[in-house]
Amino acid sequence: MKYLCLIHRDDNVIAAMSQAEMTSLEEEYLAYDDELRKCGHYIVAEALQNGHDSTIVKIRNGKMIVTDGPFAETKEQLGGFFLIEARDLNEAIQVASRIPGARLGCVEVRAVRDSVKRAI
Amino acid sequence: MTNNIEVKVDEVYHAESRRVLATLIRLLGDFDLAEDALHDAFAAALEQWPRDGMPANPRAWLVSTGRFKAIDRMRKRARFDTSLEAIAERLDGNINEVTWNEKVFNDDQLRLIFTCCHPALPADARIALTLREVCGLTTEEIARAFISSASTVAQRIVRAKSKIRDAKIPYQVPERNELPERLDTVLHVIYLVFNEGYFASSGDSLTRSDLSGEAIRLGRLLMELLPEPEVIGLLALMLLHESRRKARTSSDGQIILLDQQDRSLWNQDHIAEGLQLVERALSTRRFGVYSLQAAIAAVHAQAKYADATDWDQIVGLYEVLFRLDPSPIVELNRAVAIAMKDGPDAGLQLIDKLISSGDLEDYNLIYAARADLCRRLGKKREARDAYKQALKLSRQEPERRFYERRLAELVE
Repeated sequence: MKYLCLIHRDDNVIAAMSQAEMTSLEEEYLAYDDELRKCGHYIVAEALQNGHDSTIVKIRNGKMIVTDGPFAETKEQLGGFFLIEARDLNEAIQVASRIPGARLGCVEVRAVRDSVKRAI
Repeated sequence: MTNNIEVKVDEVYHAESRRVLATLIRLLGDFDLAEDALHDAFAAALEQWPRDGMPANPRAWLVSTGRFKAIDRMRKRARFDTSLEAIAERLDGNINEVTWNEKVFNDDQLRLIFTCCHPALPADARIALTLREVCGLTTEEIARAFISSASTVAQRIVRAKSKIRDAKIPYQVPERNELPERLDTVLHVIYLVFNEGYFASSGDSLTRSDLSGEAIRLGRLLMELLPEPEVIGLLALMLLHESRRKARTSSDGQIILLDQQDRSLWNQDHIAEGLQLVERALSTRRFGVYSLQAAIAAVHAQAKYADATDWDQIVGLYEVLFRLDPSPIVELNRAVAIAMKDGPDAGLQLIDKLISSGDLEDYNLIYAARADLCRRLGKKREARDAYKQALKLSRQEPERRFYERRLAELVE
């Protein structure tokens, strides 16, 4: 099954990190990408830019409305994601638990709906 | 060719993954590490077997590959988390050893079963852990079968594994002196899984019968590994119950009681195997409650039609069962058997005594039993009152429909 691991983090925490800490975190992410690729869990993963620079788009009455983000006014914002393949939810949780972001913020694990998968 | 090997790897996964996991848990000393290692070993098999051919002993290959991969993983992770260095060192240290024989693998499977069913774990965690680790069901499958959310089941499993780690629950088969008690917990888990599939009324009935099938498979595995009398008795009991599955509900989902069932629908293969196992369990003279319940089910299985049932023998077996397990439920069942043997009056007296003792006050089946005996004695009003009481206490839909049907038949 496919699972989407959403990494939520406080952008202020990231902003407060030293250059050396950032480099180390990035290296750790790259190493984990690599580990997941080798063992077949990896589908795709990306890190996102600061959540407060996001843009919201919606259509109402046929008209497009564009506003400043973020979508949710919470301290923690979506900072990146891993789309993974796992045998079941517990295996996905195990993979998610070792995403470096789990230590800094939290990782939300969402199962991909089967019917959607078939439609794609 | 490649496709062929992929099919082969898939077959090996189904046949061997649980045994490989059981051994990896022992070698690596940790459930999560072992599950990663199992995953890695099969990923490596998919890559290497098409190129190099199947190894002579796939199971041993998977275990040693999994172990090396785990060490490799730990070393890489230790670069970012120095607390893991010690684990990597330890794993690297006990790399020698290893004689692979059937006995080692069998013992590991038993270790896994006893650990998953450890009394220190909560009962629902034991069930979830056993179904996932020993039977190989996915979290989502377990959640569907128990009408629970995948997240709830997943958390239960995560917590159980943490408990095993933190409480340092040893990965071992209990010693002779504690075996009976520990085995009891294991048998209880298997029987709960079976009953969930056999008696529960809610949910998708197909998923439910799969659960009974899983319990029977588990019973067979345990018997192969540890042929204790009660293990044999439980397998017999499950098979004899399962033999009646087709006959116990009508096509529109109504309950059909034992005496009304079309016995030609009973599965004769299950019955033959069940009877043979009952005999084997009883002949050890070390049998317990499961073997005795199986023996009772065997008497029913041998009656060609309901009136041919040997009630003398059934009452006798309940007497022995009551001595081993003096519970009110057994007493109720014995009273029903006595009613069949000596007439409804005799049974009714026993049941009324049991009701007034208060032990089964909230148990709908005792009122259903009372109602049935009153009905047979022509005491319509009393029968109606008892069915109403049973209806009030029952939470299972088919059971409720059954009581409503009986009430409708009893209109004066």
